[in-house]
Amino acid sequence: MGTELFEILRKNKEKVLQLWLQAQQTETEFSNNFNTADELRAQSAEFVDLLLSTIDESNIQDFSPPGLESLTDYISSLTISRARQGFSPRETATYIFTLKDALLQVLSEQAGTDPMQLYKASMQLSKFVDNIGILSFETFITGREDVISQQSDEMAELSTPVIRVWNGILAMPIIGTLDSARTQVVMENLLQGIVDTGSSIAILDISGVPAVDSLVAQHLIKTVNATRLMGAECIISGIRPEIAQTVVHLGIDLSQMITKATLESALKFAFNSLQLEVRRIQKDKAN
Amino acid sequence: MEKIPILKMGKFLLVTIQVDLYDRLALTLEEDLIEMVYKTGSRGVLIDISALSIVDSFMGKIIGNIAGMSSIMDAETVVVGMQPAVAITLIELGLPLAGVHTALNVEKGMALLESRISSDPDDNAADGDD
Amino acid sequence: MITLLMAMIRESLAIQHERDLVYCRNRVKEVAVKMGMGIVNQTKLITATSEIARNMLIYGGGGIVRLEVIIRGKQEGIQLVFEDKGPGIADIQKAMQDGFTTGRTLGMGLPGAKRLVNEFAIQSTLGQGTTVKILKWKNG
Repeated sequence: MGTELFEILRKNKEKVLQLWLQAQQTETEFSNNFNTADELRAQSAEFVDLLLSTIDESNIQDFSPPGLESLTDYISSLTISRARQGFSPRETATYIFTLKDALLQVLSEQAGTDPMQLYKASMQLSKFVDNIGILSFETFITGREDVISQQSDEMAELSTPVIRVWNGILAMPIIGTLDSARTQVVMENLLQGIVDTGSSIAILDISGVPAVDSLVAQHLIKTVNATRLMGAECIISGIRPEIAQTVVHLGIDLSQMITKATLESALKFAFNSLQLEVRRIQKDKAN
Repeated sequence: MEKIPILKMGKFLLVTIQVDLYDRLALTLEEDLIEMVYKTGSRGVLIDISALSIVDSFMGKIIGNIAGMSSIMDAETVVVGMQPAVAITLIELGLPLAGVHTALNVEKGMALLESRISSDPDDNAADGDD
Repeated sequence: MITLLMAMIRESLAIQHERDLVYCRNRVKEVAVKMGMGIVNQTKLITATSEIARNMLIYGGGGIVRLEVIIRGKQEGIQLVFEDKGPGIADIQKAMQDGFTTGRTLGMGLPGAKRLVNEFAIQSTLGQGTTVKILKWKNG
């Protein structure tokens, strides 16, 4: 693609922008729910500016840095900000591919009459914008994946807090189903908590576990046994009537574990074995 | 030949495993320890494994042997300081080390041994009772 | 970038003496640490390695361990292949049962090791030898 063609495009920057904005409006009538028209216009103008000032004879053939960093960085950050705002991949892709239409239209109107030259230029230009599209798509996916992995990390952390309820007593409420991956996290956090605080009793409260089947029971038994290997005792509390029923009906043997109906009775048991006593203070004595 | 040192502390024997435990070394430890229990008439054995990054079935078996043998010689064995990752792995491996008493650290292990021996013969210690 | 360096790790370790077990465990640990594998997964992998390598030493008369870093999609893991030219295992199903042993071990080795890793495959021909392949993902 000859230098003069780039010049033509640069000179007709305003025209490209205008055509692009028009195309965006017709293609994506369902969009524009986040950006106001002004914002969109400003963003698009910046993009066109950067694109037309970056593109030249060498990098149009070969879409790779160096020289393209500012453009690729811009596309990446644009895509990520769009992903965060909740644009669909289709909307973002359309946003970029309508730019191609605008560029090609300007080219065909202004670039003279040599069909061969026009064809070659169109191909190159179109390939260049395709590459931008691919880059944007990749960034979009990576952005989403980051959000997902961050969320699942946060969830794993959130769902397994270790609480030091007393000197020597830890409690860990479990909310939601216990699968093997979760059990792993529960065990790790609980055992590490035991080491960090030097606690000799851990209470695992399963009030928030919807159902206990043989698999969940197995996970609980594993956790209790691992705690014992460390030299601490693990009490399972929060056994609701439904859970007691299913456990017995399924023939699951929990007799090796210390189980309590409520966190309160588990705590009482823990106080007892640490030889602690909780008493009401007589008012007059306290004064 | 390399040996794991066995320290006598009052009524008890203390073993701290600080090196990579290859099988021969573990077997030697088993022999030496039982010999020491007999010679010193110790009532308890503390094995500190806090420096061990793995315990596989062979070492698990040795620990079980030591506990079993000392028990019939009227000495209690307490394993102290197991790393969380080691505990999780042993459970997954299928070795809950039943019959071996455990404690978080040497201090607590000592206290456990004291309480178990003082409560002799009516064994009513609060914890560590499997 | 670390991934590229890790992908170069591919080596063989001989298991002929008890001491080799320790070296093998340590080498696996080194690679796992370098990869950034969590402490629990590390411990599981090293324990499984120890179990299988010991089995190979006791029943297979020693052999070699091939260590390789595997990258599959976004996952990164360590693969170990244990090869011996021993008598082979007559009944693999039985050997994979908890508590089954023909020798002086606890019989937890193979079935226990299987529970500690993500992928486990065993193949044995009587009179020719046994091959055990295990794989542990970094975040598995």
